[in-house]
Amino acid sequence: MFRRIFELLVKELLQLKRDKSARFRMLIPPIVQMMLFGYAATFEIFNVSTAILDQDHSQESRALVSAFASSKRFDVTKQASNLNEAKAAVEESRAQLAIIVPPGFAELLRKGQTAPIQVLVDGTNSNSALIALGYVGQIAAAFGQTHALDLAQRTGRLHGRPMVNVAMVERYWYNPNLNSRWFFVPGVIGTLTLITIVNLTAFAIVREREVGTLEQILVTPIKPFEFIIGKTLPFFFIGLIQVILVAAVGTIWFEVPFEGNPLVLLLGTCLFLLSTLAIGLLISTLCKTQQQAFASNFFVLNPMFILSGFSFPIASMPEALQWLTYLDPLRYFLVIVRGTYIKGIGIDVLWPQMLALLILGMSLLVAAMLRFHKSLD
Amino acid sequence: MRLRRIRAISMKETLQIIRDPRSLMIALLIPLMQMFMFGYGVNLDVKHIPLCTLDWENSQTSQELLERFAASSYFNMQKAAANHPDIKRNLDDGSCRLAIVIPADFSQRLNDSGSSTVQVLVDGTDSNTASIAANYARSVIAGFSTDEQTRSIERKGGVVQTTTPVDTQARVWFNEELESRNFIVPGIVALVMAIVGAQLTSLTIAREWERGTMELLMSTPVQPMELMIGKLLPYFIVGLADAAICLILAVFWFKVPFRGTLATLFLTTSLFLIVMLCIGYYVSIAIRSQVGASQIALLVTMLPTTLLSGFAFPIEQMPMFVQGVTYLVSARYYVTILKAVFLKGSGAAELAAPILFLALYAVGVSFLAARAFHKTLD
Repeated sequence: MFRRIFELLVKELLQLKRDKSARFRMLIPPIVQMMLFGYAATFEIFNVSTAILDQDHSQESRALVSAFASSKRFDVTKQASNLNEAKAAVEESRAQLAIIVPPGFAELLRKGQTAPIQVLVDGTNSNSALIALGYVGQIAAAFGQTHALDLAQRTGRLHGRPMVNVAMVERYWYNPNLNSRWFFVPGVIGTLTLITIVNLTAFAIVREREVGTLEQILVTPIKPFEFIIGKTLPFFFIGLIQVILVAAVGTIWFEVPFEGNPLVLLLGTCLFLLSTLAIGLLISTLCKTQQQAFASNFFVLNPMFILSGFSFPIASMPEALQWLTYLDPLRYFLVIVRGTYIKGIGIDVLWPQMLALLILGMSLLVAAMLRFHKSLD
Repeated sequence: MRLRRIRAISMKETLQIIRDPRSLMIALLIPLMQMFMFGYGVNLDVKHIPLCTLDWENSQTSQELLERFAASSYFNMQKAAANHPDIKRNLDDGSCRLAIVIPADFSQRLNDSGSSTVQVLVDGTDSNTASIAANYARSVIAGFSTDEQTRSIERKGGVVQTTTPVDTQARVWFNEELESRNFIVPGIVALVMAIVGAQLTSLTIAREWERGTMELLMSTPVQPMELMIGKLLPYFIVGLADAAICLILAVFWFKVPFRGTLATLFLTTSLFLIVMLCIGYYVSIAIRSQVGASQIALLVTMLPTTLLSGFAFPIEQMPMFVQGVTYLVSARYYVTILKAVFLKGSGAAELAAPILFLALYAVGVSFLAARAFHKTLD
């Protein structure tokens, strides 16, 4: 039995060795994707282009404006001289944000009343807009607090006692600078592995079926079970190599710290590969042509990608979709990759995900084997 | 160039599409699935953040603060933690994303010196959710702080003048409710065009190579240009049908505002579709194998359309050289146009620059595709 599997393995590796373009396609796309995700995928907000209209021209309004200008979140690209200019800047996308300090701002502040400022936001990108608005609120509130405190002390309203204030001291764990690269780069490892391995497995078997070599192989004494092992084993190793390669790029190039134990990640990867191979196999039993395989892959991989929590939080999805995510092996693997990478947690915390991957992988594999037998008749 | 030959090739291709109902179904199901998956699955709005608390003081004041968190719809109160290791475990296994630690001298310091601190520990793994969650926590604490302020001034017989010295009044344009769905859904049209346009075409033509029917086609009197137009025309129509499906779903199902004109949308969609079709055609001629063609098509169309077009990730936030690269991505112009047409109601005049780029791109790529085939004939 092992000899036959070994023979098949040799055949597969030879095929791979002789197919230069396949090797190229196995190596280059993952690296390109890693680079793209590492550089392009970010939800952070810095240097938001901002138009400022100061209609008050007071000491206070200038202080507020400079508080915005000196923040690294905002980049004052335009000093508007009237309201229309400020509006036009937002309307024509020259600024994402316009901050308007209306006349009478300082007077209200000095009287100890609430002084409004107006903010016009281009909400097209709701996420950036929301975060930018958060920063505007923060800076304005901090400015207001300092000013009120100052005023209270000068007027003696507090009778020598400081003003009551509850401050929030926040600390971000695992990712202290909230670098979104730390979130995306480990995630790419999972996503890339899923896409490459499912595609390779499905296409490899469907191609043999389409070209007719599958029947040739099956008239040899090899058993379907051995065929499956011999056929998928190379992809298992390719998957492992890819994970190591991509993880190395992530750690060395993008400097995402690896806090945990590499062996835990390795174990998780093996369990995850089980599911990906089984999915590829399952798809291959359902398809007769490569075009069908491509389409099926697309219909399976795309939802898995979206439902995994790779970039869109699962907790914000509708309830029904949240339940579906439990069937997504990538969901569990992402928790494992991010957990070992950034949080540095071990099997004691990650065992439920490992177990889920094992169960999912095994049931998918059994289903694939049963289907494969059937598809031969 | 003869129209008759183009028609003949188109007829053959159309028949092939129709006789393979499965692939036609797929072409029509892709927009449906993309719309529903992204429309429902992609939500960057943060709500119900699982929260755990560690109240070292357990006084009336500290409980009042925690009640405010419990009352907020942004947070979802989990069990109270007993000690720090408890919190670490909860953050480690992800059962809570945010922990509030109230020090033992919280209300005492508030009474004595007037200022006190609350520690908020945030799981920063998902940096986007983390910063939004911290913002919500900050506003809950700020609300508590101003109320305490008012109370303390009133207790001392003072008159409360104001509690919020500077009030930020925000007016949001174009996507007034700040719905992430309105921002994501228009861009899906570009994704669907990339898939249907480039991927499906690249596969069908590579299949002709693999099966040897391409040589058969070459032996006919058909000219390269005629072959390209004839082959791509049916897919152009399928692509437009897909765009229509997307538009209908976006407007009537997901209620995304559509403020522009159909003419602008039709013009720009056609241009983008031509770009995608020609790239798919070019790739399939260059690679000649279905697996290879689909992989390369994925790399040069789908991936940039998802990542470098501003579809989900803002281009202005990328490093400078990546921003430079985005100018080479046709989807960048199309996604800009889509969002502007849907949300801003911009017309062809306002969008002249991106439309011009897209048109130049279409001309360039179709020229390239037409020439590529000519070379392989001899």
